[in-house]
Amino acid sequence: MSTSDLAVDAAGLVKRFGRHGSDTVTAVAGVDLAIKPGEVFGVLGPNGAGKTTTLSMLATLLPIDGGRASIFGVDVASAPHQIRQLVGVTGQYASVDENLTGAENLWLFARLHGRSSRQARALADDLLDRFGLTEAAGKQIKNYSGGMRRRLDLGASLISSPPLIFLDEPTTGLDPRTRSQMWETIRELVANGSTILLTTQYLDEADQLADRIAVIDRGLKVAEGTPEELKTGVGESTLQLRLTDKSLVEDAAVLVKQIAGTAPVLTPEAGGLNVPLPDANKAADVLIALREANLSITSAAVQQPTLDEVFLALTGHATESADQNEEARR
Amino acid sequence: MSALTAERSIATAKQRLTARPTLRDTTSQTITMAWRALKKMQRNPEQFFDVIIQPLLFTAMFAYIFGGAIAGGVTAYLPTIITGVLAQTSLTACMATGTQMREDMEKGVFDRFRSLPISRIAPLAGPMLADVLRYGIAATLTLLTGFVMGYRPGGGVIGVVAGWLLVVFAGWSLSWIFAWLGTIARSAQAVQGIGMMIMFPLTFLSNAFVSQRTMPGWLEHFVNVNPVTLVINAIRDLINQGQLTANVVWALLGCVIVVAIFAPLAVRSYSKKI
Repeated sequence: MSTSDLAVDAAGLVKRFGRHGSDTVTAVAGVDLAIKPGEVFGVLGPNGAGKTTTLSMLATLLPIDGGRASIFGVDVASAPHQIRQLVGVTGQYASVDENLTGAENLWLFARLHGRSSRQARALADDLLDRFGLTEAAGKQIKNYSGGMRRRLDLGASLISSPPLIFLDEPTTGLDPRTRSQMWETIRELVANGSTILLTTQYLDEADQLADRIAVIDRGLKVAEGTPEELKTGVGESTLQLRLTDKSLVEDAAVLVKQIAGTAPVLTPEAGGLNVPLPDANKAADVLIALREANLSITSAAVQQPTLDEVFLALTGHATESADQNEEARR
Repeated sequence: MSALTAERSIATAKQRLTARPTLRDTTSQTITMAWRALKKMQRNPEQFFDVIIQPLLFTAMFAYIFGGAIAGGVTAYLPTIITGVLAQTSLTACMATGTQMREDMEKGVFDRFRSLPISRIAPLAGPMLADVLRYGIAATLTLLTGFVMGYRPGGGVIGVVAGWLLVVFAGWSLSWIFAWLGTIARSAQAVQGIGMMIMFPLTFLSNAFVSQRTMPGWLEHFVNVNPVTLVINAIRDLINQGQLTANVVWALLGCVIVVAIFAPLAVRSYSKKI
């Protein structure tokens, strides 16, 4: 597939914040992305990993400090006006007007997209209906719930039927029910053939929605693949063990590696081992082997991999980098 | 099938791409943005407090306090004070324009505006166009208060209307300075603070309330070059004399220059803002 066929083609994207010198923070430190048309691409990472910053650069909301990016073959840095016609952005926090009603918001954005007043009204009604907001059409946004705002925000991004849609953490802060409604809406978009670039902090969200996932940490891409590929790397499930005698952690690790086939992640100060397991049934084998070797344990639990474990496995450190970059931006 | 749909929608989208917004797009987008600002005013009518209360209060207050001392009587002072308050209120009102724009820019909806393929000037020019309503209200109320107090301008109806138009135009032009401040300041409070610092010297060190001939020489020189004096002279020529003088031409030219400098500055720093 040639470069111009890609929906998003980014190489070595860099973004720095702050003044020159020691307090400069590199929020994005050379990210490559290649997203095919019609694909749902997930960017997964903890808070402050550089996901939103990457998206903002691609959406022309932030200047690109290094590297280059093109969308459907159009260069982002040199043709921002064209890029804005190709991309619909749904922000992390709903970017709709608090003072206007739902219908007025959609009418406003449709007018800005060059629709006539009548077309804009029809389009607004249509979108309100599609997102289940017809009843709330005449209410001001400040009276909307979080989920309603996100839906309206998503609706606003679809006004120009852009071929590429950016969803920046579409469900962060939503309750589980609203979250699955949002997922349903996103799946409908996918079925209509839109290309979607999605950022999320949740592994299960990326798992549910994305065809391919890039894991980003501290401004760098640490892994990329299908959800299945990523999960195999981490193990389908994790066996969490605590040893009675903390000093025996290293011995236990050697033994566990022989049985499970993968190296456990250690937390020596707590006497803990996290064992990635391709098959949950292997947990029993590990436990039996430990007892035969007289390595006594205080607790054992089998768990689904969390984002934390994906991170531990991919980067060797937990998702503690957290809010540094976010703070630097403000 | 979905791949085919995707391909087709990409192809049509790419065909429709335009290089930049046309003047017609810009105008229609600015009017749409002005509509948004008017809706906001309609739902938060407290935004009109300053332009309603200040003209009534300041006109009456200054006329009754200073009238006797400065002009020997309230009625004799009216031609000076009414035109002075006209200029002062429209300056105060355009400071509020900058403050509110800063507040507005912090809202999420401005992120969306930035991501849309629209003219960069529309999100700024729209609210400023809507604020012309505020300057109009301020100027009308100041004049009406004057009429009630016995002010009978020598310029007649045409002179008053022309003066009114000049005040509103000057308010709109000068508001670009505050819009620019709004795009570079860290907060709405900062805009307010800087605005006050500019506003007070400019309005009081002018001939708005007192003729500059009564001031010390060095101050008189400053007052003479103060742009507010320029605008006030023009307003007085129109409203009190009914004459289209060189002062009016200079005032209009001054306004145009302010817009020509500060509108591009404001748009530039707005586009760069995170």
